[in-house]
Amino acid sequence: MTAGESHPQRTADAVLEESFLQLRAKLLEIGATLDRLDRCGGAGELSGANSQKRALLDQALEIVGSEQPDRAERLQQLFSREYQQDWRQKFGIGSD
Amino acid sequence: MDYIDPHIHMVSRTTDDYATLSRMGCVAMSEPAFWAGYDRGSVDGFRDYFRQLTETEPARAAQFGIQHFTWLCINAKEAENVSLSREVIAMIPEFLDRPNVLGIGEIGLNKNTKNEATVFLEHVDLAVQHDQSILIHTPHLEDKFQGTKMILDMLCDDQRIDRGRVLVDHVEEHTISEVLDRGFWAGMTLYPVTKCTPERAADMVERTGGERLLVNSAGDWGPSKPTAVPDFIFEMRRRGHSEALIRKVVYENPVAFFSQSKHFQFAPRS
Repeated sequence: MTAGESHPQRTADAVLEESFLQLRAKLLEIGATLDRLDRCGGAGELSGANSQKRALLDQALEIVGSEQPDRAERLQQLFSREYQQDWRQKFGIGSD
Repeated sequence: MDYIDPHIHMVSRTTDDYATLSRMGCVAMSEPAFWAGYDRGSVDGFRDYFRQLTETEPARAAQFGIQHFTWLCINAKEAENVSLSREVIAMIPEFLDRPNVLGIGEIGLNKNTKNEATVFLEHVDLAVQHDQSILIHTPHLEDKFQGTKMILDMLCDDQRIDRGRVLVDHVEEHTISEVLDRGFWAGMTLYPVTKCTPERAADMVERTGGERLLVNSAGDWGPSKPTAVPDFIFEMRRRGHSEALIRKVVYENPVAFFSQSKHFQFAPRS
């Protein structure tokens, strides 16, 4: 919990209860989409770029299933290009 | 609840949308200059667009009791044409005294290229020279993290910038903290697939407390929902948040940020 964190008193039971059907539906969508991929030949049939995307999805599922917090932020990082600290030198744009 | 949509592209929306927004409680909006879906061919194309933003849209909005404000720039998607970008930047001051202009925006990066960075810095210089607030577009999807950090790098390198007069838009879970920690305002965009849902926006309000945080629909000509801000309001209410906190994010924060622009002559509903 961060210093600015603020939310009404809601129990974990309440949050799970109100979210369960939506989560169930989203998980079914993921399962059904991966099944669809399998029926089209599965990961072995994917081209190079799409094979990497498929591997990203596997890593994403690991994050979702992990016990550590900040899953959404870690998913965002997974789907992001890495920050290139030397971008100024590459572009010839100096800092003041 | 009265609310303000701080980022919406009404040139792409119908008059029926104005009517719906009004009925949903929208009392004011700000419309950053945007990409038309094709690259404009000349500086006169932008001059016409700026007339639409400063003459036509305020009149359309007023029919429904909505106050319309705007921001001017050439969008990052067109910044690869550096010579045209410079012509547009040189022309923008013709419009800075129009009564609904709040500042320069939405400037930023799209694919994080050298030309985009060059044009971004020239826009920032224009804003500083004319004492204007700035509204920032951050890139989409996998380019957002790198692009947001590049933008923050450039802004923080410039000692002339008042960070309290810069709104960095389209933040998500991986960019919001750095934007706020460095002293800027942050905007969350409610897009169905590519940005943020009302539920995730509510999560971010809960995690940050809502200081210097705005929420917008960025409704435009693509997949978007102009009434997304009321969706956020309902989600916050559903979770039991106070009306005071909701009002702060959807009304008081936009008023506080926009009030730094001399043309923000806002008349609250009595």
